[in-house]
Amino acid sequence: MELIFEISKPGRAAAGIPASDVPSINIEQAIGRKYLRDDLDLPELAEIDLVRHYTNLSRRNFGVDLGFYPLGSCTMKYNPKINENVAALPGFTGLHPYADVKSAQGNLHLLYDMQKSLCAIFGMAEFTLQPAAGAHGELTGVMMIKKYFEKKGQKRRIILIPDAAHGTNPASSALCGFEIRELKSNGEGGVDIEHLESLMTEDVAALMLTNPNTLGLFERNIEKVAAIVHGKGGLLYGDGANANAFLGKARPGDLGFDVIQLNLHKTFSTPHGGGGPGSGPVGVSNALVDFLPVPRVVRKDDKFKWSEKFPDSIGRVRAFYGNFNVIVKAYTYIRSLGAEGLKHATEMAVLNANYIKERLKPYFDLPYDRICMHECVFSGNRQVAQSSVHTSDIAKKLIDYGYHPPTIYFPLIVHEAIMIEPTETESKETLDTFCDAMIAIANEAKENPDGVKNAPVTTPVSRLDEVLAARKPDVCWKKS
Amino acid sequence: MDYCPHTSDDVAQMQSVIGISSLDELFADIPEKFRLKHIPDIPEALSEPETLSFMSSLSQKNKLPHVTLTGAGAYHHFIPAVVGHIVGRAEIYTAYTPYQAEISQGILQAIYEYQTMIARLTGTEIANASMYDGASATAEAAVLCAKMSNRNKMIVARSVHPEYRQVLRTYCWANGYTVVEVPCAPSGQIDLDALQKKLDDQTAAVIVQSPNVFGVIEDIAPAVDAAHQKGALLVAGFTEGTSMGILKPAGTQGADFVVGEGQSFGNPLNYGGPYLGIFAAKEKYMRRVPGRLVGATVDKNGQRGFVLTLQTREQHIRREKATSNICSNEALCALAAGVYLAALGKNLRKLAELNVYKARYLKNRLLELPGWQDVFSAPFYNEFVLRCPDAGKVNKKLKKEGIVGGYELEKDYPELKNALLFCATEMISKEDMDKVADLVK
Repeated sequence: MELIFEISKPGRAAAGIPASDVPSINIEQAIGRKYLRDDLDLPELAEIDLVRHYTNLSRRNFGVDLGFYPLGSCTMKYNPKINENVAALPGFTGLHPYADVKSAQGNLHLLYDMQKSLCAIFGMAEFTLQPAAGAHGELTGVMMIKKYFEKKGQKRRIILIPDAAHGTNPASSALCGFEIRELKSNGEGGVDIEHLESLMTEDVAALMLTNPNTLGLFERNIEKVAAIVHGKGGLLYGDGANANAFLGKARPGDLGFDVIQLNLHKTFSTPHGGGGPGSGPVGVSNALVDFLPVPRVVRKDDKFKWSEKFPDSIGRVRAFYGNFNVIVKAYTYIRSLGAEGLKHATEMAVLNANYIKERLKPYFDLPYDRICMHECVFSGNRQVAQSSVHTSDIAKKLIDYGYHPPTIYFPLIVHEAIMIEPTETESKETLDTFCDAMIAIANEAKENPDGVKNAPVTTPVSRLDEVLAARKPDVCWKKS
Repeated sequence: MDYCPHTSDDVAQMQSVIGISSLDELFADIPEKFRLKHIPDIPEALSEPETLSFMSSLSQKNKLPHVTLTGAGAYHHFIPAVVGHIVGRAEIYTAYTPYQAEISQGILQAIYEYQTMIARLTGTEIANASMYDGASATAEAAVLCAKMSNRNKMIVARSVHPEYRQVLRTYCWANGYTVVEVPCAPSGQIDLDALQKKLDDQTAAVIVQSPNVFGVIEDIAPAVDAAHQKGALLVAGFTEGTSMGILKPAGTQGADFVVGEGQSFGNPLNYGGPYLGIFAAKEKYMRRVPGRLVGATVDKNGQRGFVLTLQTREQHIRREKATSNICSNEALCALAAGVYLAALGKNLRKLAELNVYKARYLKNRLLELPGWQDVFSAPFYNEFVLRCPDAGKVNKKLKKEGIVGGYELEKDYPELKNALLFCATEMISKEDMDKVADLVK
């Protein structure tokens, strides 16, 4: 498809500018020649061509509204349409962040109630809604941990991270100056308790734990893990990427977590927009409340306001208050589902993952064969051994069947990993036809491996040369 | 409403395939003492009409102004109708990050085009797929300068938006870097002498903004020279993106990084978010920039296509050695920005000129009033600072008429007592401005 620059023609513009109702002035005189630019090289298109260009681009993209999207760890559930309508209400979209608080009571009330709702669902003492995404929430959480020990006068320099963790965990910790020690998983995919005991010293600030972990398995020894970490004065950090597995079933605060970050674009149904915006609220236990970012919304009787009067706060992690409009959608979701709906969503998400696990178990290696939570992780080892068909080939073949592939090659501790997260919003029919496709691919891998290795054949482009892209990077178009 | 399609028959059949007799068995790994029966304090479910009615009444507790004269980092601009229609295409807005390139060519190409437009606009060679917002983009650029140079000191102009400086301080504290501020000259531009004095061989980055928080246009080139002479890098920010319709971009003046808030390009005010952080740089930093980069390549048949590239910079490959921890960015906001810029094309210049006219008119009207004075002498874009007899009183009067007045700078700059930062975009009519001048006289 042509680039927007290639269909541009000088003299066209989709958007007109109104005539000035105030006197125009000489810009060069008003601002000064040396501050002004010469060229302005932007595409020039008529509105119809602009619309067709982007509409045609959208047809080369796959979203949840088009089909099943079992991307593990990303919780690609259906994004309810009512959430979009609510978020588009002018009262929510039209306010300037510096509008005085009396004019913004609806927004502040919503933010306050959202924080309280998250506290109730996750059993935490307080939440901040400021971080813009999950990784931003992690960074905020680790900053609070750093501040907590600074305040105590302790110099702890290590954070423990399991080998199965998301890459953002070590990256966020490193951005706060911590050293990382990798914690091994045991034979059933949980924390290796002996290894934890040997690593957990008074030099360790925290253990960052994803529970259920990235294998989709709940940490059975969570109470013991928390006791070991707390026993040495450390803190337990929870990566809430997998929170869809336990809504209404267990609360991180009760399990002993001191910090947990969420992803509203995963668990709370807000659309991910092709890579954002997300929203990454962070919940904390009482020990960490003083360190939350400012400003914080506070309530006095029936009035709400912003307060920066928290001297021990880590400060701000972004401008203004967070991805407000994303939070509106997530809050709408919580109110639509209610307590029972949230719990039911988790039950169905876990049921769906276990159903897929059982149906596919005969055809793909399952490194950890036990009841899983919201996702299941297979290995493509058998297919590699049989006919050199790799997990990436299986993923590409799924595209030809009309599915978005699962997450692949993650977690790193599973060779040729295939991580499937169906979510609760998929019907049994969808799960069955997906499993049928996976089984057909497993058979084809045996009988006609080239048919799998050549996939996809139904897409606008075939497999792309990623090596070339990295070796000769072209990230901005230039006229040739 | 819970959006789960299973019938009770479906559930029963699935349970039997799994080999369980109740859903509780699925949660047996949760130690019994921690098992929750019911989430406390969450109200009962609402039907769709109840949800809409409840949320509408909450939205109506906000009072929308007729006129907004505050900018200060978030700007009220007209958004052409095409922007909303295109970002509403569900193929894109219900997609995740484009990990599977073959079925994500839509968003990948749109972001590649966005990167190109941003590089051209900022006068740089490359741009990434977006950051969280202008403030975090600025902080990440500064942190990157320190990591690349092994230096640990940041010099930031005091005329950089106060919240951006706070975010910079938070990020720098976490990394163990120091932040030093440089005052502005009476012109409103950075005090170059003071900057020279603070620059030393430990300085990683000098951070300025143009327009700065006072709306003043900075002279970037001398600041670049000063920084480079001491081996420091220059991070040039901006508060208001539409200014680049007429202003010489910082990239062509030698800035190493150009970072700022892209909200002005087709994104609603939304009470502060979601917005998008623009992050652009010289090509030589390409392998170190944070965040996603979309690159062009070819498929097996030699056909052009797009992929996420240079991923060895990123957290999912490099883990603690990654250049940043960023994963999700603000792709849909970047799409909106790309559509907006393509919709305006060269008309972005006309729009910027119109903003200049409006701001000059408002400033002149207010300066006619007794006791109102200009504060800074350097050229400005669509924001300016005036001192008035009683800033609080002015805003109170305006508020009564449904007008959001100027931003009271004294909160952040105690020396600027009774100074108001006004913004006039194309959304303000002459009639509005005349009314404002009448109201506050």
